[in-house]
Amino acid sequence: MALPPNPAFTAPHVNDPMVPQPYRIAGRREENYDTFTLELVPLGDEEPHGFRPGQFNMLYLFGIGEVPISISGDPARPELLAHTVRALGTVTTAMKELKVGDVVGLRGPYGSSWPFEALQRQDVIIVAGGIGLAPLRPLIHHLLSERRRYGRLVLLYGARTPGDLLFQKQLAKWDEKTALEVHLTVDRGTVAWRGNVGVVTTLIPRVQFDVSHASAVICGPEIMMRYSALELEKRGMARDQIYVSQERNMKCAVGFCGHCQFGPHFVCKDGPVFPFSLVAPLMKVREV
Amino acid sequence: MVTRDLSRSLAQHAFFRGMDEKHLVFLAGCAKNVLFDQGTFIFREGEKAGVFYLLRYGQVALEVHGPRKGQIRFQSLHEDDVLGWSWLFPPYTWHFDARALSLVRAFAFDGVCVREKCDADHELGYQLMSRFAEVMVGRLQAARLQCLDLYGAPA
Ligand SMILES: Cc1cc2nc3c(=O)[nH]c(=O)nc-3n(C[C@H](O)[C@H](O)[C@H](O)COP(=O)(O)OP(=O)(O)OC[C@H]3O[C@@H](n4cnc5c(N)ncnc54)[C@H](O)[C@@H]3O)c2cc1C
Ligand code: FES
Repeated sequence: MALPPNPAFTAPHVNDPMVPQPYRIAGRREENYDTFTLELVPLGDEEPHGFRPGQFNMLYLFGIGEVPISISGDPARPELLAHTVRALGTVTTAMKELKVGDVVGLRGPYGSSWPFEALQRQDVIIVAGGIGLAPLRPLIHHLLSERRRYGRLVLLYGARTPGDLLFQKQLAKWDEKTALEVHLTVDRGTVAWRGNVGVVTTLIPRVQFDVSHASAVICGPEIMMRYSALELEKRGMARDQIYVSQERNMKCAVGFCGHCQFGPHFVCKDGPVFPFSLVAPLMKVREV
Repeated sequence: MVTRDLSRSLAQHAFFRGMDEKHLVFLAGCAKNVLFDQGTFIFREGEKAGVFYLLRYGQVALEVHGPRKGQIRFQSLHEDDVLGWSWLFPPYTWHFDARALSLVRAFAFDGVCVREKCDADHELGYQLMSRFAEVMVGRLQAARLQCLDLYGAPA
Protein backbone atom coordinates (compact mmCIF):
# COMPACT_ATOMS: atom_id res chain seq x y z
CA MET A 1 0.00 0.00 0.00
CA ALA A 2 1.37 3.41 -0.97
CA LEU A 3 1.98 5.61 2.01
CA PRO A 4 1.10 9.30 1.92
CA PRO A 5 4.11 11.57 1.43
CA ASN A 6 6.10 12.46 4.50
CA PRO A 7 4.61 15.76 5.66
CA ALA A 8 8.07 17.05 6.53
CA PHE A 9 9.01 16.99 2.84
CA THR A 10 5.89 18.59 1.35
CA ALA A 11 5.97 22.23 0.38
CA PRO A 12 3.86 24.43 2.66
CA HIS A 13 0.55 25.34 1.10
CA VAL A 14 0.34 29.01 0.24
CA ASN A 15 -3.12 29.26 1.74
CA ASP A 16 -1.92 27.82 5.02
CA PRO A 17 -2.73 30.53 7.60
CA MET A 18 0.58 29.80 9.29
CA VAL A 19 2.69 30.50 6.22
CA PRO A 20 3.83 34.11 5.79
CA GLN A 21 3.81 35.59 2.30
CA PRO A 22 6.69 37.80 1.15
CA TYR A 23 5.94 41.53 1.13
CA ARG A 24 8.25 44.29 -0.05
CA ILE A 25 8.71 47.54 1.84
CA ALA A 26 7.48 50.17 -0.61
CA GLY A 27 7.59 53.10 1.82
CA ARG A 28 9.10 53.90 5.18
CA ARG A 29 8.57 56.92 7.46
CA GLU A 30 10.03 57.87 10.81
CA GLU A 31 7.12 58.91 13.03
CA ASN A 32 9.29 59.86 16.01
CA TYR A 33 12.48 58.68 17.72
CA ASP A 34 11.26 55.10 18.34
CA THR A 35 8.30 54.67 16.01
CA PHE A 36 8.21 54.18 12.25
CA THR A 37 5.69 53.24 9.57
CA LEU A 38 6.30 50.57 6.95
CA GLU A 39 4.16 50.42 3.80
CA LEU A 40 4.06 46.92 2.39
CA VAL A 41 3.10 45.54 -1.02
CA PRO A 42 2.95 41.86 -2.02
CA LEU A 43 6.08 40.61 -3.76
CA GLY A 44 4.08 38.48 -6.19
CA ASP A 45 1.17 39.71 -8.24
CA GLU A 46 -1.53 38.59 -5.84
CA GLU A 47 -4.51 40.84 -5.22
CA PRO A 48 -4.26 42.96 -2.08
CA HIS A 49 -6.25 41.61 0.88
CA GLY A 50 -8.83 44.02 2.15
CA PHE A 51 -8.92 44.57 5.88
CA ARG A 52 -11.28 45.98 8.48
CA PRO A 53 -10.14 48.81 10.76
CA GLY A 54 -8.72 47.35 13.97
CA GLN A 55 -7.37 44.14 12.44
CA PHE A 56 -3.72 43.14 12.61
CA ASN A 57 -1.13 41.20 10.61
CA MET A 58 1.67 38.96 11.80
CA LEU A 59 4.91 40.45 10.45
CA TYR A 60 7.84 38.08 10.19
CA LEU A 61 11.41 39.27 10.16
CA PHE A 62 13.26 36.33 8.63
CA GLY A 63 15.50 34.56 11.10
CA ILE A 64 14.51 36.83 13.97
CA GLY A 65 10.84 36.39 14.78
CA GLU A 66 7.25 37.27 14.19
CA VAL A 67 5.11 39.96 15.87
CA PRO A 68 1.47 41.05 15.69
CA ILE A 69 1.17 44.60 14.33
CA SER A 70 -2.08 46.42 13.63
CA ILE A 71 -2.76 47.82 10.21
CA SER A 72 -2.53 51.62 10.48
CA GLY A 73 -3.40 52.74 6.94
CA ASP A 74 -6.52 53.67 5.06
CA PRO A 75 -8.84 50.68 4.49
CA ALA A 76 -9.84 52.25 1.17
CA ARG A 77 -6.23 51.70 -0.01
CA PRO A 78 -5.49 48.08 0.92
CA GLU A 79 -2.85 47.84 -1.82
CA LEU A 80 -0.48 49.76 0.45
CA LEU A 81 -0.58 48.04 3.84
CA ALA A 82 0.74 50.48 6.44
CA HIS A 83 1.99 49.25 9.81
CA THR A 84 3.21 51.65 12.47
CA VAL A 85 5.69 50.01 14.78
CA ARG A 86 7.26 51.07 18.05
CA ALA A 87 10.74 49.60 18.57
CA LEU A 88 10.54 47.88 21.95
CA GLY A 89 12.20 44.46 21.96
CA THR A 90 14.01 41.95 19.77
CA VAL A 91 11.86 41.88 16.63
CA THR A 92 10.57 45.44 16.57
CA THR A 93 14.04 46.92 17.19
CA ALA A 94 15.46 44.85 14.32
CA MET A 95 12.53 46.00 12.16
CA LYS A 96 13.56 49.59 12.69
CA GLU A 97 16.65 48.89 10.57
CA LEU A 98 14.62 47.78 7.52
CA LYS A 99 14.86 49.88 4.36
CA VAL A 100 12.69 50.42 1.30
CA GLY A 101 13.06 47.33 -0.92
CA ASP A 102 13.64 44.90 1.96
CA VAL A 103 11.29 41.94 2.25
CA VAL A 104 9.32 40.75 5.29
CA GLY A 105 6.87 37.89 5.77
CA LEU A 106 3.23 38.78 6.35
CA ARG A 107 0.19 36.73 7.24
CA GLY A 108 -3.22 38.07 8.03
CA PRO A 109 -5.35 40.09 8.42
CA TYR A 110 -6.56 38.62 11.69
CA GLY A 111 -8.94 39.43 14.47
CA SER A 112 -12.05 41.43 15.11
CA SER A 113 -12.50 45.02 13.98
CA TRP A 114 -13.84 48.28 15.41
CA PRO A 115 -17.64 48.03 15.20
CA PHE A 116 -18.20 50.87 12.75
CA GLU A 117 -21.65 49.59 11.83
CA ALA A 118 -22.73 49.90 15.49
CA LEU A 119 -21.23 53.41 15.59
CA GLN A 120 -23.52 54.74 12.89
CA ARG A 121 -25.68 57.71 13.93
CA GLN A 122 -23.72 57.93 17.18
CA ASP A 123 -21.38 60.55 18.57
CA VAL A 124 -18.05 58.71 18.53
CA ILE A 125 -15.41 59.44 21.15
CA ILE A 126 -12.05 58.02 20.08
CA VAL A 127 -9.54 57.76 22.93
CA ALA A 128 -5.94 56.91 22.06
CA GLY A 129 -2.77 56.67 24.10
CA GLY A 130 0.76 56.49 22.64
CA ILE A 131 1.10 53.88 19.86
CA GLY A 132 -2.64 53.16 20.40
CA LEU A 133 -3.46 55.77 17.77
CA ALA A 134 -2.09 53.45 15.05
CA PRO A 135 -4.85 50.78 15.26
CA LEU A 136 -7.45 53.56 15.45
CA ARG A 137 -6.23 55.43 12.38
CA PRO A 138 -7.96 53.12 9.84
CA LEU A 139 -11.20 53.62 11.77
CA ILE A 140 -10.79 57.40 11.63
CA HIS A 141 -10.18 57.18 7.85
CA HIS A 142 -13.29 55.10 7.51
CA LEU A 143 -15.50 57.35 9.67
CA LEU A 144 -14.36 60.41 7.75
CA SER A 145 -14.99 58.69 4.42
CA GLU A 146 -18.63 58.25 5.47
CA ARG A 147 -18.82 61.36 7.62
CA ARG A 148 -22.55 61.96 7.20
CA ARG A 149 -23.39 58.62 8.83
CA TYR A 150 -21.98 59.69 12.20
CA GLY A 151 -22.69 62.36 14.79
CA ARG A 152 -19.99 64.32 16.54
CA LEU A 153 -16.53 62.78 16.05
CA VAL A 154 -13.99 63.53 18.76
CA LEU A 155 -10.41 62.29 19.04
CA LEU A 156 -8.71 62.49 22.44
CA TYR A 157 -5.06 61.57 22.11
CA GLY A 158 -2.41 61.48 24.82
CA ALA A 159 1.33 60.88 24.62
CA ARG A 160 4.34 61.33 26.87
CA THR A 161 5.70 64.52 25.30
CA PRO A 162 4.88 66.62 22.21
CA GLY A 163 7.65 64.75 20.35
CA ASP A 164 5.92 61.42 21.00
CA LEU A 165 2.67 62.37 19.28
CA LEU A 166 2.21 60.28 16.14
CA PHE A 167 0.91 61.44 12.74
CA GLN A 168 1.16 65.11 13.73
CA LYS A 169 0.64 66.57 10.25
CA GLN A 170 -2.38 64.38 9.70
CA LEU A 171 -3.83 65.31 13.11
CA ALA A 172 -3.52 69.01 12.28
CA LYS A 173 -5.16 68.43 8.89
CA TRP A 174 -8.01 66.42 10.38
CA ASP A 175 -8.61 69.11 13.00
CA GLU A 176 -8.62 71.96 10.46
CA LYS A 177 -10.18 70.41 7.42
CA THR A 178 -12.59 67.74 8.61
CA ALA A 179 -15.37 67.61 11.13
CA LEU A 180 -13.21 65.64 13.56
CA GLU A 181 -12.46 67.50 16.79
CA VAL A 182 -8.91 66.72 17.84
CA HIS A 183 -7.80 67.22 21.44
CA LEU A 184 -4.17 66.44 22.22
CA THR A 185 -2.53 66.15 25.59
CA VAL A 186 0.94 65.27 26.85
CA ASP A 187 2.30 64.23 30.23
CA ARG A 188 5.12 66.76 30.09
CA GLY A 189 4.97 69.88 27.98
CA THR A 190 7.71 72.19 26.81
CA VAL A 191 7.41 75.97 26.75
CA ALA A 192 6.66 75.78 23.03
CA TRP A 193 3.72 73.42 23.68
CA ARG A 194 0.48 75.39 23.90
CA GLY A 195 -1.85 72.41 24.18
CA ASN A 196 -3.16 70.41 27.12
CA VAL A 197 -0.91 68.89 29.75
CA GLY A 198 -2.20 65.93 31.78
CA VAL A 199 -3.19 62.34 31.12
CA VAL A 200 -5.75 61.63 28.40
CA THR A 201 -8.42 60.75 30.99
CA THR A 202 -8.49 64.43 32.05
CA LEU A 203 -9.85 65.41 28.63
CA ILE A 204 -12.95 63.23 28.98
CA PRO A 205 -14.91 65.42 31.42
CA ARG A 206 -14.49 68.38 29.05
CA VAL A 207 -15.76 66.99 25.75
CA GLN A 208 -19.32 67.35 24.62
CA PHE A 209 -21.39 64.39 23.47
CA ASP A 210 -24.93 63.14 23.73
CA VAL A 211 -24.53 60.22 26.09
CA SER A 212 -27.74 58.53 25.00
CA HIS A 213 -26.40 58.41 21.42
CA ALA A 214 -22.68 57.97 21.91
CA SER A 215 -20.06 55.24 21.79
CA ALA A 216 -16.39 55.25 22.61
CA VAL A 217 -13.46 53.32 21.16
CA ILE A 218 -10.27 53.15 23.19
CA CYS A 219 -6.80 51.92 22.32
CA GLY A 220 -3.64 52.21 24.36
CA PRO A 221 -1.96 50.65 27.35
CA GLU A 222 -4.39 48.61 29.44
CA ILE A 223 -4.27 50.86 32.52
CA MET A 224 -5.03 53.87 30.37
CA MET A 225 -7.98 52.05 28.77
CA ARG A 226 -9.40 51.06 32.17
CA TYR A 227 -9.24 54.58 33.55
CA SER A 228 -10.55 56.13 30.34
CA ALA A 229 -13.52 53.77 30.48
CA LEU A 230 -14.06 54.75 34.11
CA GLU A 231 -14.21 58.45 33.16
CA LEU A 232 -16.64 57.66 30.35
CA GLU A 233 -18.78 55.71 32.79
CA LYS A 234 -18.75 58.75 35.10
CA ARG A 235 -20.17 60.71 32.15
CA GLY A 236 -23.02 58.19 31.98
CA MET A 237 -21.82 55.81 29.26
CA ALA A 238 -22.72 52.16 29.72
CA ARG A 239 -20.01 49.53 29.32
CA ASP A 240 -21.59 48.16 26.18
CA GLN A 241 -21.20 51.59 24.54
CA ILE A 242 -17.42 51.30 24.97
CA TYR A 243 -15.00 49.19 22.89
CA VAL A 244 -11.35 48.49 23.67
CA SER A 245 -8.49 46.82 21.81
CA GLN A 246 -6.59 44.28 23.91
CA GLU A 247 -2.97 43.20 23.53
CA ARG A 248 -1.57 39.85 24.54
CA ASN A 249 1.50 37.89 23.45
CA MET A 250 0.77 35.91 20.32
CA LYS A 251 2.22 33.00 18.42
CA CYS A 252 -0.21 31.43 15.96
CA ALA A 253 -2.73 34.30 15.68
CA VAL A 254 -5.42 31.85 14.53
CA GLY A 255 -6.72 30.38 17.77
CA PHE A 256 -4.56 27.22 17.96
CA CYS A 257 -1.83 27.78 20.50
CA GLY A 258 -3.48 29.55 23.43
CA HIS A 259 -0.67 32.07 23.87
CA CYS A 260 -3.07 35.00 23.72
CA GLN A 261 -5.65 33.55 26.07
CA PHE A 262 -7.53 36.18 28.07
CA GLY A 263 -9.95 34.42 30.40
CA PRO A 264 -12.29 32.47 28.12
CA HIS A 265 -11.28 34.53 25.06
CA PHE A 266 -8.47 34.26 22.55
CA VAL A 267 -7.35 37.80 21.75
CA CYS A 268 -6.16 36.80 18.25
CA LYS A 269 -9.50 35.33 17.20
CA ASP A 270 -12.21 36.81 19.45
CA GLY A 271 -10.37 40.16 19.71
CA PRO A 272 -8.35 42.29 19.68
CA VAL A 273 -11.41 44.57 19.70
CA PHE A 274 -13.87 43.68 22.46
CA PRO A 275 -16.90 45.39 23.97
CA PHE A 276 -15.71 46.72 27.32
CA SER A 277 -18.69 45.01 28.99
CA LEU A 278 -17.16 41.65 28.03
CA VAL A 279 -13.60 42.25 29.21
CA ALA A 280 -13.97 44.73 32.10
CA PRO A 281 -14.38 42.02 34.76
CA LEU A 282 -11.29 40.19 33.39
CA MET A 283 -9.17 43.33 33.38
CA LYS A 284 -9.43 43.40 37.16
CA VAL A 285 -8.15 39.82 37.55
CA ARG A 286 -4.41 39.95 38.14
CA GLU A 287 -3.70 36.41 37.00
CA VAL A 288 -5.33 36.79 33.55
CA MET B 1 -25.72 95.43 44.34
CA VAL B 2 -22.31 94.69 42.80
CA THR B 3 -21.93 91.76 45.23
CA ARG B 4 -25.33 90.39 44.23
CA ASP B 5 -24.44 90.63 40.50
CA LEU B 6 -21.15 88.90 41.17
CA SER B 7 -22.86 86.16 43.20
CA ARG B 8 -25.12 85.51 40.19
CA SER B 9 -22.06 85.11 37.96
CA LEU B 10 -20.45 82.83 40.56
CA ALA B 11 -23.53 80.61 40.52
CA GLN B 12 -22.82 79.94 36.80
CA HIS B 13 -19.40 78.50 37.56
CA ALA B 14 -19.11 74.69 37.68
CA PHE B 15 -17.27 74.86 41.02
CA PHE B 16 -20.24 76.43 42.79
CA ARG B 17 -22.95 74.28 41.20
CA GLY B 18 -25.61 73.58 43.83
CA MET B 19 -24.32 76.07 46.40
CA ASP B 20 -26.84 78.11 48.45
CA GLU B 21 -27.42 81.64 47.27
CA LYS B 22 -26.74 83.07 50.75
CA HIS B 23 -23.27 81.45 50.69
CA LEU B 24 -22.58 82.79 47.22
CA VAL B 25 -23.56 86.30 48.26
CA PHE B 26 -21.32 85.95 51.32
CA LEU B 27 -18.38 84.71 49.19
CA ALA B 28 -18.92 87.33 46.50
CA GLY B 29 -17.71 89.87 49.06
CA CYS B 30 -14.25 88.26 48.75
CA ALA B 31 -14.27 87.98 44.93
CA LYS B 32 -13.45 90.14 41.94
CA ASN B 33 -13.13 89.69 38.18
CA VAL B 34 -9.58 89.57 36.82
CA LEU B 35 -7.90 89.33 33.40
CA PHE B 36 -4.46 88.05 32.40
CA ASP B 37 -2.90 88.55 28.99
CA GLN B 38 -1.36 85.63 27.15
CA GLY B 39 2.14 84.85 28.42
CA THR B 40 1.86 86.63 31.78
CA PHE B 41 2.59 84.83 35.03
CA ILE B 42 -0.45 84.63 37.29
CA PHE B 43 1.85 83.64 40.14
CA ARG B 44 5.35 82.29 40.61
CA GLU B 45 6.80 79.60 42.84
CA GLY B 46 7.75 80.96 46.29
CA GLU B 47 5.55 84.07 46.12
CA LYS B 48 2.93 84.70 48.81
CA ALA B 49 -0.28 82.79 48.04
CA GLY B 50 -3.14 85.03 49.06
CA VAL B 51 -5.73 84.17 46.39
CA PHE B 52 -7.37 81.39 44.46
CA TYR B 53 -8.91 81.61 41.00
CA LEU B 54 -11.91 80.09 39.28
CA LEU B 55 -11.17 80.12 35.56
CA ARG B 56 -13.94 81.44 33.32
CA TYR B 57 -12.12 81.55 30.01
CA GLY B 58 -8.73 80.59 28.60
CA GLN B 59 -5.96 78.19 29.46
CA VAL B 60 -3.34 78.25 32.22
CA ALA B 61 -0.18 76.13 32.46
CA LEU B 62 1.36 75.00 35.74
CA GLU B 63 5.12 74.85 35.42
CA VAL B 64 8.23 74.10 37.36
CA HIS B 65 11.75 74.95 36.28
CA GLY B 66 15.06 73.37 37.07
CA PRO B 67 18.68 73.52 35.98
CA ARG B 68 19.28 71.84 32.62
CA LYS B 69 15.58 70.88 32.50
CA GLY B 70 14.28 74.35 31.71
CA GLN B 71 10.60 75.03 32.14
CA ILE B 72 8.50 71.86 32.46
CA ARG B 73 4.77 72.09 31.94
CA PHE B 74 3.03 69.40 33.98
CA GLN B 75 -0.58 70.47 33.93
CA SER B 76 -2.92 72.71 32.03
CA LEU B 77 -6.12 74.17 33.44
CA HIS B 78 -9.13 75.46 31.57
CA GLU B 79 -12.52 77.11 31.81
CA ASP B 80 -14.40 75.82 34.89
CA ASP B 81 -11.20 74.71 36.67
CA VAL B 82 -9.91 75.91 40.04
CA LEU B 83 -6.42 77.38 40.18
CA GLY B 84 -4.52 77.40 43.47
CA TRP B 85 -4.93 75.97 46.95
CA SER B 86 -1.73 77.15 48.61
CA TRP B 87 -3.82 79.98 50.16
CA LEU B 88 -5.54 77.33 52.30
CA PHE B 89 -2.69 76.23 54.55
CA PRO B 90 0.48 77.79 56.00
CA PRO B 91 3.04 78.79 54.82
CA TYR B 92 0.71 80.31 52.17
CA THR B 93 3.29 80.29 49.37
CA TRP B 94 2.85 79.11 45.79
CA HIS B 95 4.53 75.79 45.02
CA PHE B 96 4.62 76.23 41.23
CA ASP B 97 4.45 78.86 38.50
CA ALA B 98 1.13 79.53 36.75
CA ARG B 99 1.26 81.14 33.32
CA ALA B 100 -1.59 82.30 31.10
CA LEU B 101 -1.34 80.42 27.78
CA SER B 102 -4.07 82.58 26.28
CA LEU B 103 -6.11 85.51 27.42
CA VAL B 104 -7.51 84.35 30.78
CA ARG B 105 -10.63 85.60 32.53
CA ALA B 106 -11.21 84.46 36.10
CA PHE B 107 -12.80 85.18 39.45
CA ALA B 108 -10.08 85.90 42.03
CA PHE B 109 -10.90 85.26 45.71
CA ASP B 110 -9.04 86.88 48.57
CA GLY B 111 -7.79 83.93 50.65
CA VAL B 112 -7.75 85.71 54.02
CA CYS B 113 -11.29 86.98 53.48
CA VAL B 114 -12.53 83.49 52.48
CA ARG B 115 -10.80 81.83 55.44
CA GLU B 116 -12.39 84.34 57.84
CA LYS B 117 -15.83 83.74 56.36
CA CYS B 118 -15.37 79.98 56.64
CA ASP B 119 -14.34 80.37 60.30
CA ALA B 120 -17.45 82.47 60.94
CA ASP B 121 -19.83 80.13 59.06
CA HIS B 122 -18.90 76.46 59.30
CA GLU B 123 -21.65 75.39 56.94
CA LEU B 124 -20.08 77.61 54.26
CA GLY B 125 -16.66 76.22 55.25
CA TYR B 126 -17.92 72.65 54.80
CA GLN B 127 -19.51 73.44 51.43
CA LEU B 128 -16.35 75.08 50.16
CA MET B 129 -13.89 72.52 51.54
CA SER B 130 -15.87 69.55 50.21
CA ARG B 131 -15.69 71.14 46.75
CA PHE B 132 -11.96 71.68 47.11
CA ALA B 133 -11.53 68.09 48.37
CA GLU B 134 -13.31 66.74 45.29
CA VAL B 135 -11.10 68.77 42.95
CA MET B 136 -7.96 67.73 44.86
CA VAL B 137 -8.86 64.03 44.74
CA GLY B 138 -9.44 64.28 40.99
CA ARG B 139 -6.08 66.02 40.51
CA LEU B 140 -4.30 63.49 42.74
CA GLN B 141 -5.74 60.57 40.79
CA ALA B 142 -4.73 62.17 37.49
CA ALA B 143 -1.25 62.96 38.85
CA ARG B 144 -0.80 59.33 39.91
CA LEU B 145 -1.63 58.12 36.41
CA GLN B 146 0.73 60.73 34.97
CA CYS B 147 3.52 59.41 37.24
CA LEU B 148 3.03 55.90 35.87
CA ASP B 149 4.35 57.02 32.48
CA LEU B 150 1.46 55.09 30.96
CA TYR B 151 2.21 55.51 27.29
CA GLY B 152 5.89 54.76 27.66
CA ALA B 153 5.34 51.34 29.14
CA PRO B 154 4.42 48.34 27.02
CA ALA B 155 0.72 47.45 27.14
C1 LIG C 1 -3.25 42.62 18.32
C2 LIG C 1 -1.97 43.37 18.55
C3 LIG C 1 -1.71 44.50 17.80
C4 LIG C 1 -0.52 45.20 17.99
N1 LIG C 1 -0.30 46.31 17.23
C5 LIG C 1 0.88 46.96 17.36
C6 LIG C 1 1.17 48.09 16.53
O1 LIG C 1 0.36 48.51 15.69
N2 LIG C 1 2.36 48.70 16.68
C7 LIG C 1 3.27 48.27 17.62
O2 LIG C 1 4.36 48.87 17.72
N3 LIG C 1 3.02 47.24 18.42
C8 LIG C 1 1.87 46.56 18.31
N4 LIG C 1 1.62 45.48 19.11
C9 LIG C 1 2.62 45.11 20.11
C10 LIG C 1 3.74 44.36 19.45
O3 LIG C 1 3.25 43.15 18.93
C11 LIG C 1 4.84 44.07 20.48
O4 LIG C 1 5.45 45.29 20.85
C12 LIG C 1 5.88 43.16 19.88
O5 LIG C 1 5.33 41.88 19.79
C13 LIG C 1 7.11 43.12 20.73
O6 LIG C 1 7.98 42.18 20.15
P1 LIG C 1 9.55 42.33 20.26
O7 LIG C 1 10.19 41.07 19.78
O8 LIG C 1 10.01 43.57 19.59
O9 LIG C 1 9.75 42.50 21.80
P2 LIG C 1 10.15 41.38 22.83
O10 LIG C 1 11.61 41.21 22.78
O11 LIG C 1 9.29 40.20 22.68
O12 LIG C 1 9.74 42.16 24.12
C14 LIG C 1 8.41 42.14 24.51
C15 LIG C 1 8.18 43.22 25.56
O13 LIG C 1 9.02 43.09 26.63
C16 LIG C 1 9.71 44.27 26.86
N5 LIG C 1 11.12 43.98 27.05
C17 LIG C 1 11.95 43.45 26.14
N6 LIG C 1 13.15 43.32 26.64
C18 LIG C 1 13.07 43.79 27.90
C19 LIG C 1 14.00 43.91 28.96
N7 LIG C 1 15.24 43.51 28.81
N8 LIG C 1 13.57 44.45 30.13
C20 LIG C 1 12.31 44.83 30.29
N9 LIG C 1 11.39 44.72 29.32
C21 LIG C 1 11.76 44.22 28.17
C22 LIG C 1 9.60 45.15 25.68
O14 LIG C 1 9.42 46.47 26.10
C23 LIG C 1 8.42 44.58 24.99
O15 LIG C 1 7.26 45.29 25.31
C24 LIG C 1 0.43 44.76 18.96
C25 LIG C 1 0.15 43.63 19.71
C26 LIG C 1 -1.02 42.95 19.52
C27 LIG C 1 -1.31 41.72 20.34
S1 FES D 1 -2.02 33.44 19.36
FE1 FES D 1 -2.35 31.31 19.31
S2 FES D 1 -4.34 31.16 20.10
FE2 FES D 1 -4.09 33.28 19.89
